[in-house]
Amino acid sequence: MRAYSDKKDVQKKAYYTDRYWVAPTVPRQTVESDDVFAADLAAIKAKFTVLEAYIEVEQLVIVINPDDNFGVMKLMKEELQFEQLIEMAAVDWLARSNEFEIVVMMLSMAKRKRMRVKYTVAKDQAVESLNPLYRSADWAEREMYDMHGVKVNNHPYMKRILMPDDWQGHPLLKSYPLHGDEAAQWYEVDKIFGKEARDIIGPEIRDSAAIERYDTERFSRLGHEVPYGTDISEGEPDTPLAYQEEDGVFLIRKVHEDDSVEITDRDR
Amino acid sequence: MQHTNKLSPFFENITFDRDDNELILNFGPQHPSAHGQLRLLLHLQQEQVVKAHPDIGYLHRGMEKMAENMIYNEFLPTTDRMDYIASSSNNYGFALAVEKLIDVDVPRRAQVIRMLLLEVNRLMSHLFWLATTALDIGAMTIFLYAFREREYLMDLIEDYCGARLTHAAIRIGGVPLDLPDNFMDDLKKFLDKLPQNMKDYEDLLDTNRIWLMRMEEVGTIPTEMALSWGCTGPMLRASGVNWDLRKEEPYELYSEIDFDVPVSDKGDNYARYKIYMEEMRQSAKILYQVIPMYYETTPELMAHAPQYISASKLDIMTQNYSLMQHFVLVTQGMRPPVGEVYVATESPKGELGFYINSQGGPYPYRLKMRAPSFWHTGVLTDLLPGHYIPDVVAIIGTTNIVFGEIDR
Repeated sequence: MRAYSDKKDVQKKAYYTDRYWVAPTVPRQTVESDDVFAADLAAIKAKFTVLEAYIEVEQLVIVINPDDNFGVMKLMKEELQFEQLIEMAAVDWLARSNEFEIVVMMLSMAKRKRMRVKYTVAKDQAVESLNPLYRSADWAEREMYDMHGVKVNNHPYMKRILMPDDWQGHPLLKSYPLHGDEAAQWYEVDKIFGKEARDIIGPEIRDSAAIERYDTERFSRLGHEVPYGTDISEGEPDTPLAYQEEDGVFLIRKVHEDDSVEITDRDR
Repeated sequence: MQHTNKLSPFFENITFDRDDNELILNFGPQHPSAHGQLRLLLHLQQEQVVKAHPDIGYLHRGMEKMAENMIYNEFLPTTDRMDYIASSSNNYGFALAVEKLIDVDVPRRAQVIRMLLLEVNRLMSHLFWLATTALDIGAMTIFLYAFREREYLMDLIEDYCGARLTHAAIRIGGVPLDLPDNFMDDLKKFLDKLPQNMKDYEDLLDTNRIWLMRMEEVGTIPTEMALSWGCTGPMLRASGVNWDLRKEEPYELYSEIDFDVPVSDKGDNYARYKIYMEEMRQSAKILYQVIPMYYETTPELMAHAPQYISASKLDIMTQNYSLMQHFVLVTQGMRPPVGEVYVATESPKGELGFYINSQGGPYPYRLKMRAPSFWHTGVLTDLLPGHYIPDVVAIIGTTNIVFGEIDR
């Protein structure tokens, strides 16, 4: 029987971990240690629930409820001088708790501070678009949808951004294999030649390191060369290696192998 | 019979039964001025753009996915393929993020070499920008001149690390190599010649009537739009925001260096052109100050953090424990602590940020690359409407986008 492996996370795993090894943690500071962040957090806490707040590597991290995301961002933009929504990243925790964590990186140029706002949404829960506040959320949310399948409400142009429109699956999910899933194997064959050509062409090999044992059209086999396209699935023909043409070499009339000299002195 | 699943001619350019005069033009993805694989869907009224949809993804290689399946040191050369015009700056952004995560300090000589590499990369990138943008607009001469100077810098980088385009010249924890003997002399020779070269470019462009017509009052990005779209770097500074991460959140030795940040409140193509030119001068100014710093440093190149970073080659070859450590770090990879970090650096294009979510394993749990060009392409959605077709090419030129980092 094949060993069980969790299909919810097919990313590469460490092949060996010492059984006594405990991962250290990046140190966190309390928000009170920084006056600017403490004031920001107080302003947000006055109106919204903040589930968790701490400072990690010089940046404030707050965890809010997903329903408050628009309100918190509006407050941050209009009152707390966070001028830019720098980036949004979804983190796939489906294997652990069936939810996504969304991390929004914010920048305040007036205060020279950076902040991360995090909220977790369940797998099929939609979040409100931040596009009315920051236009950069437009593309960030499209990418989040494209890569993770996080659904966004009230987005002006929700459409895949990096993958083709008719792509199946969301590539950055932990359950999505590195070389693509089965639909990815057939994508180009279906698109270019049609589904009816599947039997003739076969699935696309998406592992760039893969070598096919019996393919003599695309792979040469050093020391065991056979003519191009020879079928070697039933055993290969004996191909003796000949290093010289039978009729001698072009332009060379006479060669006496016994008289030939091996040159060892380069400056001769 | 229509095969819906086959590639078939798509007559989207032809509008037969429409009341209005709107033409939909497919600009790219194979367009010489698209700077790579940009497809723009332009809705046109006569020659005026009324709606623009940039379509990206033609160079998508799934680097974030690859990062989740690679150990940290293994991923570093992959970052070269983001902004391949200035690849050391990507290496640096990633290396710095990991260094913040594992909390190591880099030796001073490595810092100096990194500064040199970063500024040489900035010069290379800006020269490339000048060359290609001028070519797009029709100024072929500038293209040849700027590439000549860029070639010199590429040779310089080749002397350092052996590669011209994808350098991988920075390691997590330092730099792999010390500078070759002739590096500083060659660099100085280049820097001494640069003012004259810059003057040549500006003599050809600044009073050139065609250049001014294509650049002035074209592609004006208001400050609000630039901020809202997450524009950074020269794009933001041209729109009147004085924000340069080298000044505002100084990393490496930038806090010890005296340099100016050019800012313009115009926001048009010409302002961006001027800012790129001035930034090249400032890069030269930085390099002049960094060169003497090199000679005041001791020759350590890599940080000492045996848990995360391999020892020097000498130790590996002579010390048993260093060899074992090295073996584990190469085969299994370093395991940073559990935590998250977002670190931004000022790449030639703008704010290049790396968000790393580490769960204590040798592979990042999530790595998000914040590439400036991505947002500078997004802004075209709001920027292009109202402009004319020829302006589109000039605007794409001055946004200085590179598709390696947009599609990642």
